[in-house]
Amino acid sequence: MTDTATLAQKPLAPGLNRDDARSAAREVRKRRLQAFLFVTPLLIFILFSFVAPITTMLYRSVYNPTVADLLPDTLVALQEWEQSDESPSDAVLTQFAIDLKRLANDRTSGRLADEINRALPGMSSVVKSTARAVRRVDDAELAANGPALLIDANDRWAEPETWRAIKDAGRAYSLDYYLTSLDLERGSAGEIQARDTQIYVKLYTKTLWMALIITVATVLLGYPLAYFMANTSTSLSNALMVFVLLPFWTSLLVRTTAWIALLQTNGVVNSTLQAFGLRDDPLELLYTQFSTIIAMTHILLPFMVLPLYSVMRGIDSSYMRAAMSMGSRPLAAWFRIYLPMSLPGLSAGALLVFIISVGYYITPALVGGTDGQMISNIIAFHMQQSNNWELAAALGALLLLLILVLYWLFDRFVGAANIKLG
Amino acid sequence: MGRFPEYYNLWHIAGHYALRGFAALVLIFLMLPILVIIPLSFNAEPFFTFTEGMLALDPDAYSLRWYKEIFDDEKWTLAIKNSFIVGFAAAILATLLGTVAAVGLASPWMPYKRLITALLLSPMIVPLIIIAAGMFFFYTQFNLVGTYTGLIIAHAALGVPFVIITVTATLSGFDRSLFIAGLSLGASPVKVFWDVVIPLIRPGVISGGLFAFVTSFDEVVLVLFLAGPEQRTIPRQMFSGLREQINPTILAVATLLVVLSAAMLFTLEALRRRSERMRGEGL
Repeated sequence: MTDTATLAQKPLAPGLNRDDARSAAREVRKRRLQAFLFVTPLLIFILFSFVAPITTMLYRSVYNPTVADLLPDTLVALQEWEQSDESPSDAVLTQFAIDLKRLANDRTSGRLADEINRALPGMSSVVKSTARAVRRVDDAELAANGPALLIDANDRWAEPETWRAIKDAGRAYSLDYYLTSLDLERGSAGEIQARDTQIYVKLYTKTLWMALIITVATVLLGYPLAYFMANTSTSLSNALMVFVLLPFWTSLLVRTTAWIALLQTNGVVNSTLQAFGLRDDPLELLYTQFSTIIAMTHILLPFMVLPLYSVMRGIDSSYMRAAMSMGSRPLAAWFRIYLPMSLPGLSAGALLVFIISVGYYITPALVGGTDGQMISNIIAFHMQQSNNWELAAALGALLLLLILVLYWLFDRFVGAANIKLG
Repeated sequence: MGRFPEYYNLWHIAGHYALRGFAALVLIFLMLPILVIIPLSFNAEPFFTFTEGMLALDPDAYSLRWYKEIFDDEKWTLAIKNSFIVGFAAAILATLLGTVAAVGLASPWMPYKRLITALLLSPMIVPLIIIAAGMFFFYTQFNLVGTYTGLIIAHAALGVPFVIITVTATLSGFDRSLFIAGLSLGASPVKVFWDVVIPLIRPGVISGGLFAFVTSFDEVVLVLFLAGPEQRTIPRQMFSGLREQINPTILAVATLLVVLSAAMLFTLEALRRRSERMRGEGL
């Protein structure tokens, strides 16, 4: 809106009266509205179909009301209890016994068991067995003897650690899933400490490391190819372009299938090696980190070659000829003259390949085995198998942050508008 | 040695041929995996590898049985049907909304252009697994998970950035005074859009639509999370085939897909040439 405002306040050009200025401002407003109206339908569509889902997911990573909804009264009673070495009062235990009986009869005690188990591993069976024990006890008996009944069913109800876990799980808003994503946890006094088992930081590091190897591999393969194609005759380079574009356009699943056919135990690579007598026993190539890296290098190579080629095409070859005719060695001429000029294409390709490979899911899932898994695969695991959606959301949010930082770098150094297709 | 400049010594020439050889190797690396699956799909045996008979070029070692299998298996025929339904619907939706929006974005008067462009292109940048997780949470609330509508909306969102990019690129060569001329002659913006803008940017629109179609046709992560058994597409069927029981039917499907992408490539190339020609002559 600033343009409109400045236009109205600007000192008037000679021969232009206030009415003209006002009608010009009106015209500008009309044009802006017109342009915006063209974009509106798509904007609404993307806000609903894409932006809202991502926002909901981010919200979910800090908000989990399950326990708060299941045990509202117990949690109110627990508020009084300081996180000390003593167990909470009998009133809290009684209230919990009554809540647990209700949940057991509503068949929702299993959900409670899962949630508390996440805060304190091993609690799942404790909650479930206690729920079975109190299910049939009548209310008067529970009100009178609740604490004793709980502790009879399982002595872990006497431990303060158990109640601390319930109190933690009962907070609807928490950053605990982010702590878990970074392999941290809250200690008994609420301090933040490293977990015994380091999983996720290692996985993030491995993902970045694999993405880096893939990026370097695509540079090593792609740069000479793009250089050759950019410096040969147009008809030859157009023909060779088909060899780059056909894989680019071929389904991801087809290319992954091809690598499975090549690399499996009785696959093409192993049969060839054996036929030539180079190996007696087959190599274990598939379902390893190696197979993930080679298949992804193959899949992402066109993303490196295409931007490199389009930049190199525009570099005048006479610079290199001039340097070399004046006695420069080819490598020195390339390093000091050609490389700096091809850098925009190189950085575009490298960042593109790196960004895509950090978030890759399908190829590691199919050819990765156990040590070729990347961060996306563990997110899918928590979504589909362990049903820990909040942790999946927190891991996803960290991955998204990483991608946004990379994208910001991309936009800064390359300019997102320079992305070209085909 | 007449084709090399005077100052070239033996090392330069060796380097020249080394580069040529290396480029050839990289091109082989790019193409070979795709070419290998084509003969394998004609295997008479249920293996993923060349049998001795195939290497000896024995005609009996080759057969079309895996191609027949595709069309006999209800799961595959349903998957083929679904891929085309979802792909076409998503491409049409993305192309309609994307083209109209690109015209607005190309206008010099467009407010908040940078922010809105970044927002509309973001489905291309965000990793699919994050999109899938978010959409799964969100679409469940609207009962869109396990429906064609949900999948089409999701795939259309993925296709939008490609339409925006290709149409914006064509519009950069579009003379805006034509739009203003139409308006000044009394036509409504919508009429000018249909009668003047669309015919001129058609190559960009068609290639954007093709990109959107291919994106949907090739997409499997969102399908894994959002589709029910009724909406399984070809990539989804291949994914479970590769995880559960590997048999050459997948190779036969893969071969058909390679043929399809070759057809797509040549269509796009033709469109690109046409667009270049039109720009060269018209403006």
